[in-house]
Amino acid sequence: MNVDILLLALVDGLSYAGLLFLVALGLTLIFGVMGILNVAHGALYACGGYTAATFISWATGLGLASPPLLVAGLFLAALLVGLVLGFVLEVGLLRQVQDKDPILQLLVTFGAFLILEDVQSLIWGSAPYSASEVVTQLGTIELFGITYTTYQLLLIPLIALLVYALLQYFLRHTRIGKQIIAVTHNAEVATALGIHSSRIRLVTFVVAAMLGALGGALAAPTTSIVPGVGTDMIVLSFSVVATAGLGQITGALIAAVLIGLARSLAVYTVPELEVVVPYIIMVIVLLIRPYGLFTVAQARKI
Amino acid sequence: MIISILSLGGATACLFFGVLFPWMKVPIVIGLCYGLAALGVSVLMRAGQVSFGHAMYACISGYTVAFLSRSFPNADGLLLIAAGTVTSLLAAAPIGIFVVRYREIFFGMLNLALSMVLYSVLGKFYEITGGTDGLRVDRSTLAGLHFERAGYETALLVVAVFTALAFGWTVQRFFGSSAGEALAGIKTNETRLEYLGLSTRRILWNGYMISAALVGLSGALFALLQGLVTPELGYWVRSGEFIFIAILGGAAHTIGPFLGAAVFQIIQLIGAMFFAGIWKMLLGATLIAVILIAPSGLTGVLKFTRKLKDRGQSSHSIAEQS
Repeated sequence: MNVDILLLALVDGLSYAGLLFLVALGLTLIFGVMGILNVAHGALYACGGYTAATFISWATGLGLASPPLLVAGLFLAALLVGLVLGFVLEVGLLRQVQDKDPILQLLVTFGAFLILEDVQSLIWGSAPYSASEVVTQLGTIELFGITYTTYQLLLIPLIALLVYALLQYFLRHTRIGKQIIAVTHNAEVATALGIHSSRIRLVTFVVAAMLGALGGALAAPTTSIVPGVGTDMIVLSFSVVATAGLGQITGALIAAVLIGLARSLAVYTVPELEVVVPYIIMVIVLLIRPYGLFTVAQARKI
Repeated sequence: MIISILSLGGATACLFFGVLFPWMKVPIVIGLCYGLAALGVSVLMRAGQVSFGHAMYACISGYTVAFLSRSFPNADGLLLIAAGTVTSLLAAAPIGIFVVRYREIFFGMLNLALSMVLYSVLGKFYEITGGTDGLRVDRSTLAGLHFERAGYETALLVVAVFTALAFGWTVQRFFGSSAGEALAGIKTNETRLEYLGLSTRRILWNGYMISAALVGLSGALFALLQGLVTPELGYWVRSGEFIFIAILGGAAHTIGPFLGAAVFQIIQLIGAMFFAGIWKMLLGATLIAVILIAPSGLTGVLKFTRKLKDRGQSSHSIAEQS
């Protein structure tokens, strides 16, 4: 294995990690605030991807193929999908099962996932969609004699880091962000102190849904969006979240990088194991640290 | 009493319709397979744990059947079923030791991760497993008898009905035993169970083995019926279907998973007939509706109406006494 391949794997892995992080971030936020593992997150990812691909093909059809406009189109798709589906899922479904068993809540999101899968195939059919126009418009960069696409080398990692920084700022320094953290720590006490916790849940869910859709939208230019992408993504992003520890944001970033790099190394060295690597990492981590890398031990309630 | 009549009636109906309308044989056996698998999943649900990867045991068992029937073409079908089930059990023992350390979401998702590993490995190693095309399973003898296709399906129907009855009854007995009660105790209060001096990990491990064996049994039957095993047998959506059936049926009695499987098969048939493209939507909507309206499932509704009736009778007798 030579250095070229290593570098290629590094860039691939980092851009993949960026996508993985965005999706996992949404998942871990929802878990932190609502205590729900949102299986429908995979559907949000797929819908984001489809919508972005549609937007990009419209934009190129209208001759609006300038790079900033196309990237804005990706974000617009994510915002739209996150806002609409996030609102519908939270108010229409999760709010109704708020007081039920966590397993039942998980199954409700599984039901929503099944419904959304068919909604996607009704709207977009089963043909693959892609938005590769964005990648070609942004051009390539040559580094150490290897040509990379600007999109994968710079844009995705930058967006992922930016989202991470913005989210940290939002959670630590804004009013709503602080309220979200309070609800994460203890929803009952937060409500008693006058925090409108159901509104906080809605805000968190919509923001997280946008992140999931953004992951899909940013994946659309480099991969083709086909039926079933959401299924793979939900399982994969869960393995990131579990490796990091449920509810850990910085942990999710580190775990996403770890799993993204390991996966792309596997693609270049042992392609048979590509799909398996993330799960192997997760199983090993959980064997050693049963509740993830970055979780702090909690007291048992009797 | 009502439930034993219902079970026997259901079993007779399965045999009756299967023999009378030959096209119904296969859906009925598939339904019984789903019921057995969901029965396995519902054993863990007693303990409040939901595994999102139990289809891997159906897959392990199915591939065992396929490999064995290739190496030993004369092996009897019943023997193959037993071998598949035992292999699932053997696989579940070490995996169980690992996963029973976790609860709820971690438990569910670890099983999911392991099943995904199995699913991808089966799909990738084409030379050994036949890749995504899977492996063919040739028709074997059943209890030493050779069958043509129609007779073979009828024989499998009989086998499936009797295993379903036998295991439904056995597992119900297990639920009533002290080991079964301890399993349910994990859901209610695990810490108290430990204060009583019981090892909750051991109890859950036992439950895990039982549930894996039941899912394995269903996988072996399924492999013989279809004559083909593919990695799809262990895909996580299939594990989701098992959970769906178990929730639909409810955990109040072991007849639940079979009732759930019947409803599931009916939804699938209706979906295939009238809503070809959107049967997943139908499934999802039913799942949500069941959780919102009757979270304890069909058997829960059954029990509730019976309780109401009992209450009605007892108030009568009190009125008469006074």
